[in-house]
Amino acid sequence: MSAASAHDAAAGNGATPAAVEVRDLEVSFHRRGRDLPVLRGVSLRIGAGEAYGLVGESGCGKTTLAMAVLRYLAANGTVDRGDILVDGRDIATLSDEELRKWRGEAVAMVYQDPATALSPAMRIGEQVAEVYRYHQGLSKGEARERARESLRKVALPDPDATLRRYPFELSGGQQQRVVIAMALAADPRLLILDEPTTGLDATVEAEILDLIEELRGRIHAAILLITHNLGLVARLCERVGVLYAGRLVEEGPAKDIFGDPRHPYTMGLLRCAPHFGMNKTDAALHTIPGTLPALGEALAGCVYSARCPMAQPVCTRREPDLLAWPGNGGPQARVAAEAAPADPVAYSPHHANPVGEAARHARCYFSAEVPDMPATAPVLGAHHSVVGAHEAGDVLDIDSVWRTFRDGRKKLVAVHDVSVSLKRGETFGLVGESGSGKTTLAKCVTGLIAADSGTISFEGKRLKPTAGQRSQASLRAIQMVFQNPDSTLNPAWSTRAILSRAVRMLGGAKGGSVRAKVDALAADVRVEPRFLLQKPMSLSGGQKQRIAIARAFAGDPTLVVCDEPASALDVSVQASILNLLVELQASEAVSYIFISHDLAVVRYISDRIGVMYLAELIEVGLAAEVFSPPHHPYTEALLSSIPTLDFESPRERISLRGTMPSLSEPPTGCRFHTRCHRFLGNLCVEQEPPVQEAAPGHTYKCHIAPDELLAAQSSMEPMAPVEA
Amino acid sequence: MVEPVVAGTDADTEASVVAALEQRRQRRYLVHELLHSSTFMVGSSIVLFWIVMALFSTVITQSPLAVHPFATLKGPSAAHWMGTDSLGRDVLARTMAGARSVLVVAPLATLLALALGTAIGLISGFYRGVADDVIMRLVDVLLSLPVVITAILILSLAGKSTAVVIVVIGILFTPLVSRTVRSAVLREREREYVLASRLRGERSWFVMAGEIMPNITAPIVVEGTVRLGYAVFTAATLSFLGFGLQPPSPDWGLTIASNRVYVQFAWWTVIFPAIALASLVVGVNLIADGLTRVFSR
Repeated sequence: MSAASAHDAAAGNGATPAAVEVRDLEVSFHRRGRDLPVLRGVSLRIGAGEAYGLVGESGCGKTTLAMAVLRYLAANGTVDRGDILVDGRDIATLSDEELRKWRGEAVAMVYQDPATALSPAMRIGEQVAEVYRYHQGLSKGEARERARESLRKVALPDPDATLRRYPFELSGGQQQRVVIAMALAADPRLLILDEPTTGLDATVEAEILDLIEELRGRIHAAILLITHNLGLVARLCERVGVLYAGRLVEEGPAKDIFGDPRHPYTMGLLRCAPHFGMNKTDAALHTIPGTLPALGEALAGCVYSARCPMAQPVCTRREPDLLAWPGNGGPQARVAAEAAPADPVAYSPHHANPVGEAARHARCYFSAEVPDMPATAPVLGAHHSVVGAHEAGDVLDIDSVWRTFRDGRKKLVAVHDVSVSLKRGETFGLVGESGSGKTTLAKCVTGLIAADSGTISFEGKRLKPTAGQRSQASLRAIQMVFQNPDSTLNPAWSTRAILSRAVRMLGGAKGGSVRAKVDALAADVRVEPRFLLQKPMSLSGGQKQRIAIARAFAGDPTLVVCDEPASALDVSVQASILNLLVELQASEAVSYIFISHDLAVVRYISDRIGVMYLAELIEVGLAAEVFSPPHHPYTEALLSSIPTLDFESPRERISLRGTMPSLSEPPTGCRFHTRCHRFLGNLCVEQEPPVQEAAPGHTYKCHIAPDELLAAQSSMEPMAPVEA
Repeated sequence: MVEPVVAGTDADTEASVVAALEQRRQRRYLVHELLHSSTFMVGSSIVLFWIVMALFSTVITQSPLAVHPFATLKGPSAAHWMGTDSLGRDVLARTMAGARSVLVVAPLATLLALALGTAIGLISGFYRGVADDVIMRLVDVLLSLPVVITAILILSLAGKSTAVVIVVIGILFTPLVSRTVRSAVLREREREYVLASRLRGERSWFVMAGEIMPNITAPIVVEGTVRLGYAVFTAATLSFLGFGLQPPSPDWGLTIASNRVYVQFAWWTVIFPAIALASLVVGVNLIADGLTRVFSR
C-alpha cells in the first residue's frame, strides 16, 4: 500500500478520486509451456471524467492493459502482481456475480470492429434494449423507449427505423454509433475505447470522433482510449501514456507530449509518420531501427535501449525511472545509475511509479537531448531523380472504363466512366472512401477484374481485359503489391521458391541464372539471403511485404499497382516500406498506382493524385494542387477529416452529411450532392457537373468554378445556397 | 544503385530470426500436442494394434481356418480364449485375422475417395461458374443415394470382388470429400497469393496443384480420417449382407452374419468380432478427433 500512497502523492492530485488506478501491474501470458510477460509493471491513474490515451505500436501491451482493467484477460493470461482499482474498488476482490454486475454498470468497452461487437441475428432495437432490461431492470416497453433515446443521443438518423434494422443493414460508422450507444446505456464510470475508428474511413472516423468529443461534455465517464493513431489521442485526450514493451516510457499532458516529446520512442513514433504535405522529393521518411522485442525476451536496462539512436552504456546498465520533466532528474539518475551496481533486469514496483511531482514524466536519462535526437532517415539523394521523370510519355491510358457488378437483381456500378493516364516513372495516388471503386479500378488495370467497357492501353497498345488473356510480356510489365502481408505469400512455399517462380515466369530466367537473380532481387529489397530459406510464416510483416515487392519487381515491371501496401503495418515499418518503394522507383523508373486511405501517405508518395467518389473519378491533378484549394468539396472534406497533432491551429472540420449512397442507386446530377457542404440547390441535383480546370492538368467535377471555390475554401466558409 | 536504406532492415531481420525459431517450435509443438493428446494416442494405439494383427496374427494365433469338428461352439477356455464357432474354428484367431480384409478395403476405398474428391473439389471450387454448378448438382444427386443400397445394387451388377467393393465405396464417398475440399478451395482462392499467381500467367492446374493444394492438406487429412471410419463400417456392412468377401474368410462382417443364428447360446462367436469392429471404428474416429483439435488450434 505504501507504493500506492506514494503514487497518489506523485500524481499530485490525491484529493480528487481516481476513476481508474492501476498500480505496478504485471501481466503475463502462458503460451506453449512458457510464461511471457506482457505488462512489466505499469502504474497509471485516470481521474474522474478525464480522457487518457494509451499509445504504442502493436504488441506493446495496450489491449492487455484494457482487458486487465475489465478483468477480461484470456484464459492463459494472469495478473502476476499489482492492483487495479476502478472507482476505488479493487476489482480482483469482486466475486463472479459482483463482477458481472460491475461490468454491466460501471464500465463499458468499445472494440475495434463494430461488426463483431453486435449480434448479427438480433435487431438493433432488441440489442440496445437488452442492456437496459438486464442492467437496469426496466420493462420491455421502457427499455425500448430508452433504446430509442440512446440512439438519438449518438446522432443516428431516424432512430425508429434503425431500431428495426439488423446490424448488416447499417454502415460501419452507424454500427459503431450503436456500439457506443450500448456502451453508454448504463452511464458507466469508465469507458474504454480500443481502436474505436481503426476499421473506418477517414470521414466516418472524423464523425465518430466528433460524437465522442461531443458526448464527453454530457457523460461522466472517464475515458481510456487505446490507439496507434496519435492524431486521435491529440484530439480527444487530456493526458497520454506511451507504452513500449509493457512499460510506460512517457506520460503527461497530450499537448506537451506530442509538441515536445522527451522520450526517444515517442520522438521516433512522431517522426515516422509522414507529416501532412510532405513529399518524397523533400526527404525520406524516418524509421525506427529494430523491432519490438518478442514476448518474453529478456531486456537489458531500458526497454527501448536496443532501438534507441541515443542509447549510451548506462542505458543497459540500469533501467531509468519515470523521471519528472522538466527537471534535472535525468542527469542525476544517470550519475546514480553509473555509480550503482549494474542491475539490468530489475523491474520493481518502485520503477513502475513516476518519480517526483510533475505534470509529465519520461523514462529516460537523456530527456534533455531528445529534441536533438539523431535522424534515423536514410540519406537523401536517390529521391531526387524521381523529379523530371514526368516529362516522359504516357505509360498507361485508361479511357472511359466501366465496371458493373451484380448483386441479385441490383446492378452496382463500381467504376463509372473513368479516364486517366499515367506517365513513366510517375506515382499516381488514388484516394477515396472504401467502396469508392479504387481497388476495382486498380484490378481492371492488372486484369484481375475485367472492365465491362472502355479501353486500357499500355504503352500505346490496347490491353486484353483479363490477366488470363494477356501476353506474358504485358503481365510482367504490370504487377501488383497487395495489402495483406499475411496472405500475399503462399504459406506453403519457401521465400526462395516464391521468388524463383516469379523470376522464371516473369523474368524469363532459366537454370543457374534463377538463383543469382533471386539473390539480386532479395538484395534490392534488403532481405538478407538467409531468410530466403524460410517460409512466410516465420517472417515479420515488413519482411513479407518486402518479398511481395520483390516478387512484383521480378520481371522489371513498368507499372506496379500498390493496393494499401503499408496499411497493415506499424508506423515505423510502414515508413521503411514507403522508403523502399520510392527508392525502387528511382532506380527502376517504374510507375506506381498507389492506393491508400491514409492521405498523408498518399500525399508523400504521389506525383499526381486522383480522388474517387462513388465509382467516379471526381478530381485529378498534381499532388500539391489536389490537396490545396481550389479543390473538389469532397476532397476538401476528406482532408479536413484527418486528425492532426497540430494544437496551435486545429483545422476546421467539415462533416459530411448522411452516409455514402448505394452504388446501385447513385444520386442524380452531381453524385456528391447528397452530402456536399457546398450544395448549391437544384442545379446540383439535376445536372451532371462539368469538368472544371483549376490549373493545367488539375481538373475536378463540380458546378462551382475554380475562382469561387478558391475564395470559399480559403476563407473556409460554406457557400450560401443558391436557388438554381 | 542507390544509397542503401539500412534503417528498418535489421529490424525485420531480428524479428525474422525470432519468427523462425517460433516456426520450428510450433512444428515441434504440433507433434508434441498430438503425442500428448490422449484422444489421438488411444485411437492410434487401437488402430496400430489392428494393423499389427492384420499383418502378423496368423504367426501368433492358431490358424483361422483350421476346423475342429469335435470342438464346435465351445465357450471360451484355456485352449480357445474366445471359444470356437460352429465349425470348431478358433474365434480368437478369426477375430484377429478378420482385421486384414477390412484394413485393405477401407483404406484403399478412402484413398480413392480422397483422390477423386480432391480433384473434383479443386476443379469445382477453382473454376466456379457453370462447371461448379454442374458438378455440385451431380454431387447432390450422389449424396441423395443411400450408400448401402446403391452399393448392393452395383455389386449385384458388377460382381462381388474385393476390387469392386473398394471402387464402389470409394465413389460413393467421393461427393462428401469433394464438398469439404471445395469449401477449403473457395476460402483459399481469393487469397492474394493466388491473385499474384494469376498475374504471373500460371496455368490453372499449377495454381490448383501447386499453390492451393499444399494449403488445404489439413482439412483433407481430417476428412480422410473421418471417411476411413465410415469406410470400415460400410465395408463390414457389405460383407455382413453377403456382398463382400465370401466364406471361409474370417472377415468380421461376414463372421457376424454367419454366426448370428447362434448368438443366443454361443454369444462369443458374434460378440468378439463385433467388439473388434467397433473398436477399430472408434479408434479411427479418435484419431480424427485428435487431428481436428490440434489442427484447429
